[in-house]
Amino acid sequence: MAPRSPKAYDPAATVAAEGPTVSRNITDVVNAGLAARYRAEKRFRAYGIIAILIALSMLATLFATIIAKGYPAFTTTVLELPVTVERELVANAQGEVTPESIAFANFATPLRAALDAQFPDVEGRAEKRQLYAILSDGATFALQAMIRENPELVGREVIVEAPVSSDFDLLYKGQIDIALPESQRRVNDRQVAWFQALQDRGLVDSEFNTILFTNGDSRQPELAGIWGAVVGSFYTLMVTLALSFPIGVAAAVYLEEFAPKNKWTDLIEVNINNLAAVPSIVFGLLGLAVFLQLFGLPRSAPLVGGLVLTLMTLPTIIIASRAALKSVPPSIREAALGVGASKLQMITHHVLPLAMPGMLTGTIIGMAQALGETAPLLMIGMVAFVVDIPGGPMDPATVLPVQIFLWADSPERAFVARTSAAIMVLLAFLVVMNAAAVLLRKKFERRW
Amino acid sequence: MNSQATAAQVQTDAAAAAPQGTAGSPLVGPGEKAKVSARKANVYYGDKHAIKDVALDIKQNEVTAFIGPSGCGKSTFLRCLNRMNDTIDSARVTGTITLDGDDIYDRRVDVVQLRARVGMVFQKPNPFPKSIFENIAYGPRIHGIARHKDELEEIVMTSLERAGLLAEVKDRLDQPGTGLSGGQQQRLCIARAIAVSPEVILMDEPCSALDPIATAKIEELIDELRQNYTIVIVTHSMQQAARVSQRTAFFHLGNLVECGDTEQIFTNPQHRLTQGYITGRFG
Repeated sequence: MAPRSPKAYDPAATVAAEGPTVSRNITDVVNAGLAARYRAEKRFRAYGIIAILIALSMLATLFATIIAKGYPAFTTTVLELPVTVERELVANAQGEVTPESIAFANFATPLRAALDAQFPDVEGRAEKRQLYAILSDGATFALQAMIRENPELVGREVIVEAPVSSDFDLLYKGQIDIALPESQRRVNDRQVAWFQALQDRGLVDSEFNTILFTNGDSRQPELAGIWGAVVGSFYTLMVTLALSFPIGVAAAVYLEEFAPKNKWTDLIEVNINNLAAVPSIVFGLLGLAVFLQLFGLPRSAPLVGGLVLTLMTLPTIIIASRAALKSVPPSIREAALGVGASKLQMITHHVLPLAMPGMLTGTIIGMAQALGETAPLLMIGMVAFVVDIPGGPMDPATVLPVQIFLWADSPERAFVARTSAAIMVLLAFLVVMNAAAVLLRKKFERRW
Repeated sequence: MNSQATAAQVQTDAAAAAPQGTAGSPLVGPGEKAKVSARKANVYYGDKHAIKDVALDIKQNEVTAFIGPSGCGKSTFLRCLNRMNDTIDSARVTGTITLDGDDIYDRRVDVVQLRARVGMVFQKPNPFPKSIFENIAYGPRIHGIARHKDELEEIVMTSLERAGLLAEVKDRLDQPGTGLSGGQQQRLCIARAIAVSPEVILMDEPCSALDPIATAKIEELIDELRQNYTIVIVTHSMQQAARVSQRTAFFHLGNLVECGDTEQIFTNPQHRLTQGYITGRFG
């Protein structure tokens, strides 16, 4: 760069030479084009609004259908039936009522007797079976639980809140069309008449469906709940979180801060980005081959589900963590190094704390993704019908989205509402998790 | 522009204009001792040759200013003095740079220890997003300088005092350092640098982001700090170099063109490039 001569550029001379002639034209030219420019801008904004409206209407439709279908599942129908449990029914050979004797007693008998008492004119085995079909199997459990808690009720007349079977639940909710010919519905005319009679006597009531939130899966819709799936999801996510967060952060820190920039690290980076796009069922096949076949881990276990989902969420967490590390300004790194911090001190004292909100956001989003994941879990047997609430990560379990899949696949009509209810619960969890991620990001954004 | 030819010309010119050991030379005389000295220092960023064969001595308890047009390598050279260039993968340094006679690029030298001895203040004030107290306590803490809490507090207070910041912040030591004004932040960074008792403080355009009043305060501070520290400052402002430094080095395209007493550089530059730069004809 040699010293420039002062005459190389003289703005005044330039303006004098070409300024005035151009400037008059420029105003006209600008004015002529202005309307078109504003039109283009308006058009562009209209496109954006249309796109958002389409997306919003889809979302609204989704929520509307799910809520409309799902809300009846949050209530259940019960018969407030006066029942007397005779002493000889629950007593053991010595004539004593013990917890054990209660456990072995047949509580269906007093319930049937109570129904018989309501309709003394019903006779014959076939008719009686139709009458007894009003009550769910859950009614015996309800009565048993009542007696177990308070054995003094034996021999007295008590009011049992007995759940009705799902068909009558639907009937009460008006979801069975009585106008249809008898052969095309699951409740016949006599049953409808009996149920109507019970209703007229004020014995039918609707209450909040606690069973849906406390029970595991069941073949009977009125007894099926999501609690088993929620617990399964919880164990699965805990395993995923415990593995993917430390591994993901460690990998991101190494790649971003320590790894030399060469072909190998480029290759690793490309592969991590590729893994993020691999269909999740492939991870399920990998889990089947490695964790189940090779390591011999139990099938249907949240542990294996967590391992598979760890593989699936790792790329997400690594990519988010690397972005968070990259966004820490170099000035902070230089400041730390400048006062004599070692590289590790620089990272642990300054870079990681600043990158942590971004890393956590990425992790929460990864977890939300894992919570909603179904396909890889089908491969490792988490699609099994599991009635028991899992007691740990090694017990057979299923997870919420798989439970939804199972219920959606069930032939019983009553599962339709329960499927939607389970979707609502899953969506609520996802919304909470994503909101947490957003809040976290808002709270810690740009502290420097 | 034919920078190749110019660079070659500069080199020959520099060699002709500044014979070693005389007044206005980049090297100290036979009787004097240099705090930091560089011989045949070269820096490469990949293929780019950023610093070319620089030989320069920096005397103790003096302020040495590096001036020169943008991209001339003055910051690069400054960052060699505490091995800050180590953090850049593609950067490679050859030649010798010594601190008190010991080669700082020696394999046995611990870079952490070096940076404790050679502190640095950056162009943009960069306090940690922590409290004012923590900002200054960080260095002493990681080096284990303070044996107990009282000692640490004392170090923090003296550092703030020396940086001329104590009066302004003593009531809010627990407030975040990022909440201070730009000039205060920069003085906080200076306090942070002196908290680990370095021997040399490198300042990379410390006032370029500050207003004139804050700049004046920093310059005053630099002049005071000279009693206890050796200071090297990179600056774009020639007035600033003239005001604060005792010696000035002029860099151009990676070459050290001229170095000498500040007064001599600004009143009687030997090299026509220096002359051109300080009179504002280019740069």
